[in-house]
Amino acid sequence: MLKIEDLHVHYGGIQALRGISLEVPDGKIVTLIGANGAGKSTTLRTITGLVKAGSGSIQWNGQELLGKSIDKIVSSGIAMSPEGRRVFPDLTVLENLKIGAYLRKDKAEIAKDIQWVYSLFPRLEERSWQLAGTLSGGEQQMLAVGRALMSRPKLLLLDEPSLGLAPLVVQDIFTIIREINRQGVTVLLIEQNANMALKIADLAYVLETGRITLSGTGAELLANEKVKEAYLGKHK
Amino acid sequence: MQYFISVLLSGIAVGGQYALIAIGYTMVYGILRLINFAHGDVFMVAGLMGVYFSTVMPMYIAIPLVLVLTVLLGFTIERVAYKPLRTAPRMSVMISAIGVSYFLQNTATYITGGQPLTYPVIPSLAKTVSIAGTPTKMVVLITPVLVILLVLALTQLINRTKVGMAMRAVSRDFETAQLMGVRINTVISVTFVIGSALAAIGSVLYFTCYQAVVPTVGALPGLKAFVAAVFGGIGNIPGAVIGALIIGICENIIKGLPSAWDVSVFSDAFTFALLILVLVFKPTGLFGEKVTDKV
Repeated sequence: MLKIEDLHVHYGGIQALRGISLEVPDGKIVTLIGANGAGKSTTLRTITGLVKAGSGSIQWNGQELLGKSIDKIVSSGIAMSPEGRRVFPDLTVLENLKIGAYLRKDKAEIAKDIQWVYSLFPRLEERSWQLAGTLSGGEQQMLAVGRALMSRPKLLLLDEPSLGLAPLVVQDIFTIIREINRQGVTVLLIEQNANMALKIADLAYVLETGRITLSGTGAELLANEKVKEAYLGKHK
Repeated sequence: MQYFISVLLSGIAVGGQYALIAIGYTMVYGILRLINFAHGDVFMVAGLMGVYFSTVMPMYIAIPLVLVLTVLLGFTIERVAYKPLRTAPRMSVMISAIGVSYFLQNTATYITGGQPLTYPVIPSLAKTVSIAGTPTKMVVLITPVLVILLVLALTQLINRTKVGMAMRAVSRDFETAQLMGVRINTVISVTFVIGSALAAIGSVLYFTCYQAVVPTVGALPGLKAFVAAVFGGIGNIPGAVIGALIIGICENIIKGLPSAWDVSVFSDAFTFALLILVLVFKPTGLFGEKVTDKV
């Protein structure tokens, strides 16, 4: 279980997170929704160690993550698919997957996991020798998720996986996120597409200007009037 | 004809020596986007060490020792002068590099007293053989062969090994490479180690041809190697090698023109004129970084 308590993060003089607390229980899909600049990406980036926290704590299965190096955090079972996909454009699809397993030494198991990722995303297998930069946006997103899975994470962090993708492709991606979760990977998902995210989430938090203002199950927040108005584009 | 062959051969040789230096520039640029101004001076220090070590030990021990210590020097420069500036603006790192360059030159002046030293003669490299009736130093023949072998080994390392894959990833995207668990400082150190090792090998070959070692001796070959790297498309290793060969050959052809024309003093100016021409028509260099990003 991931447990964030009273986390403060600032960039220069700007407060990005003003003391957020949240929990990601094992085996669940948890989503964090909110507007641009609310602090969603900052939260994920602080968990992975890309951003240094000001104060607070991030406990992962009882151990403190703040202050640990990124590679230690990755090898403790946390992987992220970053915002904007960020596949390595001049590495092949297969190399992108292999570099996802960079810290692992078990060659046979890595080969198995490549097959596992291919079974989740058959398109990647068809294109395994292509340079990742030549893939379509949807395929790159699949690759970014597959690459994150290659470290065999217990917790998968997904930063805006639907960004810039066609609605049908978004459907596919969300179906696969559910499937990955069903196979035992805990998911922390941040999304501007609140509707899709809340539909698949067990637990959801609303983030506004660095603070958590609402939380509940996905279904509860979908039915919440405030959420409907602010994030789902429905008027009273 | 014989004259032409000898001009061509020595052009290829000096081009190959520039290439060994140019690879260090281009690899560091590829990963850090930094022009490592101290690289030419690392090459000079390797030359100085060669001179001093040869007086107290046999060359077959001196050369490996020069190699090891040059690698250590490159590694240390990165750790001391560049790593603390990892998040600073690029201009700050560049100024740090210029500082290191002068530090090395001044230290060399202090140690040598500014007197030119003479690089030892390595018999196996300096002996003369005859190619198509043209007497040629062995080093002129060995250089291109060695360059080809080293570049092949290097491209294998970059394209086939795990650390090579990490280098390619880091050169494109620091942050995402870190998210994969790649320790970027290790990758950057490996880059400096490879670049310094090649500069050390280059120094043995270069100073066998041009034996005078002075504290500023790294400046011009360093600058030309840098030009070669830009010429071939900075960040691209085969490009740097081809750029260096072109520069070496052109320079020797100009030097070899009839002395009545009195143009040989312009050989360096020519090098830079060539660079300007290439950059006007192909701003990314001959083999500039391919861009496969798709938005």
